[in-house]
Amino acid sequence: MTEKILLAHGSGGSLSHDIVNEGILSLLGNPILNKLDDSAVFDVKGKVAFTTDSHVVQPIFFPGGDIGRLSVCGTVNDLSVMGATPLYLSLALIIEEGLPKEDLKKVISSIKEAAEEAGVRIVTGDTKVVNRGNVDKLFINTAGIGIIADGVDISGHNARPGNRVILSGTIGDHGIAVLSKREGIGFETKLESDIAPLNIMTAEMMQASAKINCMRDPTRGGLSSTLNEIAEQSGVSIRIDEEKIPVRREVAAACEMLGLDPLYIANEGKLVAVVEAEDADKILAQMKKNKYGQNAAIIGEVTEKHAAKVTLKTALGTSRIVDMLVGEPLPRIC
Amino acid sequence: MSQQNYFGQSDMAKGLVESIKRHAVKEARYMEFCGSHTVAIMKNGLRQLLPHNLTLTSGPGCPVCVTDNSELDKAIALAKIPDVIVASFGDMVRVPGSHSNLQEAKAGGSDIRIVYSPLDALQIARTNPDKALIFIAVGFETTAPTVAASVMQAKQEGLRNYYILSLHKVCPPVIKALLDSGEVNLQGLICPGHVSAVIGAKAWDFIAKDYGIPCVVAGFEALDILQCIDMLAQQTAKGEASVEIAYKRSVTHDGNITAQRILEHVFEPCNASWRGMGEVPGSGLKLRAEFAAYDAEKNFEFDPGPTKAQKGCICGEVLRGVKIPPECKLFRKVCTPKNPIGPCMVSSEGSCAAYYHYGEVND
Repeated sequence: MTEKILLAHGSGGSLSHDIVNEGILSLLGNPILNKLDDSAVFDVKGKVAFTTDSHVVQPIFFPGGDIGRLSVCGTVNDLSVMGATPLYLSLALIIEEGLPKEDLKKVISSIKEAAEEAGVRIVTGDTKVVNRGNVDKLFINTAGIGIIADGVDISGHNARPGNRVILSGTIGDHGIAVLSKREGIGFETKLESDIAPLNIMTAEMMQASAKINCMRDPTRGGLSSTLNEIAEQSGVSIRIDEEKIPVRREVAAACEMLGLDPLYIANEGKLVAVVEAEDADKILAQMKKNKYGQNAAIIGEVTEKHAAKVTLKTALGTSRIVDMLVGEPLPRIC
Repeated sequence: MSQQNYFGQSDMAKGLVESIKRHAVKEARYMEFCGSHTVAIMKNGLRQLLPHNLTLTSGPGCPVCVTDNSELDKAIALAKIPDVIVASFGDMVRVPGSHSNLQEAKAGGSDIRIVYSPLDALQIARTNPDKALIFIAVGFETTAPTVAASVMQAKQEGLRNYYILSLHKVCPPVIKALLDSGEVNLQGLICPGHVSAVIGAKAWDFIAKDYGIPCVVAGFEALDILQCIDMLAQQTAKGEASVEIAYKRSVTHDGNITAQRILEHVFEPCNASWRGMGEVPGSGLKLRAEFAAYDAEKNFEFDPGPTKAQKGCICGEVLRGVKIPPECKLFRKVCTPKNPIGPCMVSSEGSCAAYYHYGEVND
């Protein structure tokens, strides 16, 4: 038994079966997946939400998580913020030859753990192995479906003037944790990625109030991009208050050192909710009861449309535009 | 919990602004040399807090922005040589040269890698012994010592495939050139924080002494800059001109002696072309003769072709502090971060990008 993944493991032959049986089914197996037919077959009732996401994070292991947990949470969260109850996920692995089997096992274990936490099942999948250099260690695509209950209409198009903007916790944790381990930047920090499945919290929020107009998870591009997207889709402007936005000391310090702005840094376990003002406090209180919403805060409000889509009142009392991110946030040269 | 509580900005800022208002008894124009200061000023909306008789002007302190078209053309020409890998900082690949940029060269088949540090470039050279690795070395005195260290390391290891294209620039000569040109009338200089951490606050003594202009070295948080402006206003009010430090957690009078020694060991001063300013004597760094084996310009034959300026782009005037980005006809209309015409819109430290991203709001 070799300790590394070989090209032959992706050939479709018996070595492939070994990976699937030993490496994947033993951990992720369930009655639908175990059938190993060409498609997963199951019943669903109601309105279906369907999403997909590819994960190419580098490095694949980082403080607080790995690409496995990320691939489950990313898709679960995309479903959750639409107001859906996530049910089933697909899992496609593209593996670079030479990946230690131990690494793959760790990633699959993380997938199992995250899926169990979120209460979703992996029901279909695919495994490919490619030549060295064609991918960076491991890429994962997941797709997922969830069910949206009758009467739920949560969308980026629904923000209205007067609505309050709630953020579920500190921003920038994931991006800075990953950056701290990246070659050439590496710095010591105890900071961990915030990656988490948010479906339990979104379900609790919807239980607490029917007046949630939109939700979104501010992943790549950070909080600024998410707010700009919502403002654009809904034809409104959003004003946020810098002093209300929770940022960890470690993130603030790393951003100062590298010349980055926490508003543009990725998150993987946070959501933004735009809600009717009268229910904002109730929803916030509910969020704070969930471990992933302990630091939630009302950070701003929706206004009539102005020239600037998103504006920020700084801690100094001044105002400025919060623009969309263009390209990767890069550490300063100077 | 919030960043602002951590830095305790709100109350301290109010105190500093009050103090600035008390001290700013005379009309004054202060230049922030450094692009990161421009960004911090815009991001925090600091102009909104200052009394009307104080004006802040941006200077040429963005290493990517001041890289001249002729220099970018060299980098692009080098990238087209077979079996060459070019390594560059991220911002540089998007900066337009005369006809194209490194990103387009990459799409056209050149092997161009983005690195965060010259030490990453060195590693690429080690793992690709059959290729030549050329690092596009831009940056001021902050970056140059690390690049110098990478060259020393390459020499020590006997690495024969590591080269640099030194486009480094040093700051004091260009400020001198700017002041000598008489184009901008300054009453104070907000001196660069990180550059000063390396070369020491003493590097600005000549400005206070010879030009009678107050100099204060600043850090990059809002409070650092407000404190710096307050110190400048106090000097202006008293009619004094000296060099002070408002960034003592990083900067000393003498600077980082080790970094200075490494820099001087590997590099020597040369003339350099600055975008918008032309050639400035003694404002560049070239490899010393004993390190010529690592000099891309001396070891490769290449033709960068004729240099051409971007039509309508006023990056040069912006870098000299003569104009501000909204005065450019292309700003926000043709020239945007997605489609940058000039380098000041590309770099995260560029004035145009700062004005574009953080433009102040008056509603």
